[in-house]
Amino acid sequence: MTSKNISLPNAEDLLKTLAQKVQPLLQANTALVGIQSGGVWLMQKLLVLLEKDIAANAIEHGTLDVSFYRDDYEKRGLKAENRPSQIPFDVENKHIILIDDVFYTGRTTRAAMNELFDYGRPASITLVALVNRGGRELPIAPQITAADLALDASQNLQLIQNQDGTLSLELQSLNFDQSQVHKHE
Amino acid sequence: MNNPQLDADGRLRHLLSIEGLPKRILNQILDTAESFVGVAEREVKKVPLLRGKTVCNLFFENSTRTRTTFEIAAKRLSADVISLNVNTSSQSKGETILDTVDNLIAMHADMFVVRHSQSGAAHFIAKHVPDHIHVINAGDGRHSHPTQGLLDMFTIRKYKPDLHNLRVAIVGDVLHSRVARSEIHALTTLGVPEVRVIAPKTLLPTQVEKLGVHVFHDMKAGLKDVDVVMMLRLQNERMNGAMLPSAQEYFKTYGLTQDKLNLAKPDAIVLHPGPMNRGVEIDSSVADGSQSVILPQVTYGIAVRMAVMAMLAGGQNSGSQVGSQA
Repeated sequence: MTSKNISLPNAEDLLKTLAQKVQPLLQANTALVGIQSGGVWLMQKLLVLLEKDIAANAIEHGTLDVSFYRDDYEKRGLKAENRPSQIPFDVENKHIILIDDVFYTGRTTRAAMNELFDYGRPASITLVALVNRGGRELPIAPQITAADLALDASQNLQLIQNQDGTLSLELQSLNFDQSQVHKHE
Repeated sequence: MNNPQLDADGRLRHLLSIEGLPKRILNQILDTAESFVGVAEREVKKVPLLRGKTVCNLFFENSTRTRTTFEIAAKRLSADVISLNVNTSSQSKGETILDTVDNLIAMHADMFVVRHSQSGAAHFIAKHVPDHIHVINAGDGRHSHPTQGLLDMFTIRKYKPDLHNLRVAIVGDVLHSRVARSEIHALTTLGVPEVRVIAPKTLLPTQVEKLGVHVFHDMKAGLKDVDVVMMLRLQNERMNGAMLPSAQEYFKTYGLTQDKLNLAKPDAIVLHPGPMNRGVEIDSSVADGSQSVILPQVTYGIAVRMAVMAMLAGGQNSGSQVGSQA
């Protein structure tokens, strides 16, 4: 069912583009927050790329697992695996850069924002996604992306972490029954 | 055998006893609880999972701590909570258990947390309720107290992450203790290689060895080199006749003092499900000492109960658990 599409951009190249675009946003009060799991992989790589250029202290960062805030919990329940959200800094008045791998409906972002606000009142949230695949269902959009694709609802784009630690994008076609598709994590 | 605790897809539907739950489910509860521990440390100590749901605490037997922690757990999941002490309400006017339950279902309760002095009460209610309603056993007679067993496992795992390499001793009134039964099942299911019970013959069920435990009647021999000491409460109110000489005598032989605890490994931890009888089964200096994890048990109990409720209430319209799209 998996169909590798050779026209997909290289995720590692996109990552570099993303780092360049995020760089100017960094200020004293900025913190990075990755959304599990793809957003966290990206954040970890971004930290390395960004901190190379920064003389100052390491950038504050955290991770979110938005399982407890999803709007499809009642339908789908909890995943067998979920990881604790870890926000080891004070969210109050921070400029948060929220990182996700693939931006699609906007529902994950909605959940992530709700969760963030339960930690405190951030000064701002900027949404960064590696790829915007189109198809949003809420008035939410990423401010920064490295690539914009127009994918059909029957296609599932996801970020994969390979054995060697590199990231790549994978496209699957969903055959009618959407509930059969498992997200790689 | 049909296991009423799991649905056709092998997902948790009711939590009635640890017995009959696969390791996979126990680990999922403990892992999920891990995610809930942090919720209590945030500015807003709530997640919206059970928003709009009503959780009904049905306590046919008193228990302040268990009821309170279930109540806090449900509230941190944003549920509405009703707590009924049934012995003081309509049961005393002659209403049957199932009538009480049916009335609460008519008021759109979504989940029941049941404590009863009769073994099997929660099973009985679980068999009766319609599909969309979930039942959690909060202690039934001498039978089972699964959330206590689970929170004990969670606490042990926090301090001793490698369960496959532990020696655990359960000390005291095993005969009357639903906690002990749940602990034994949980420990063996999770793969703890050596579980000991230490008690006088009169406070052990017959054939307790069949549960896979090593029996000791001498505290000093039993505590030797253990990693975890799980004390049980001496259930005075359940004692009939002459099972024990006196509380003082019991303390001398089976009470946990620092001297006896020193026979265990130096980094051994001490658990107690509460409420404690200080000076009967446990010395105050041990209960308040550096090896005691009795208060962390209470804190973790909330996260574990949140995990159980969250796993029960979600995913009723779908057969498979899948991560969904971003």
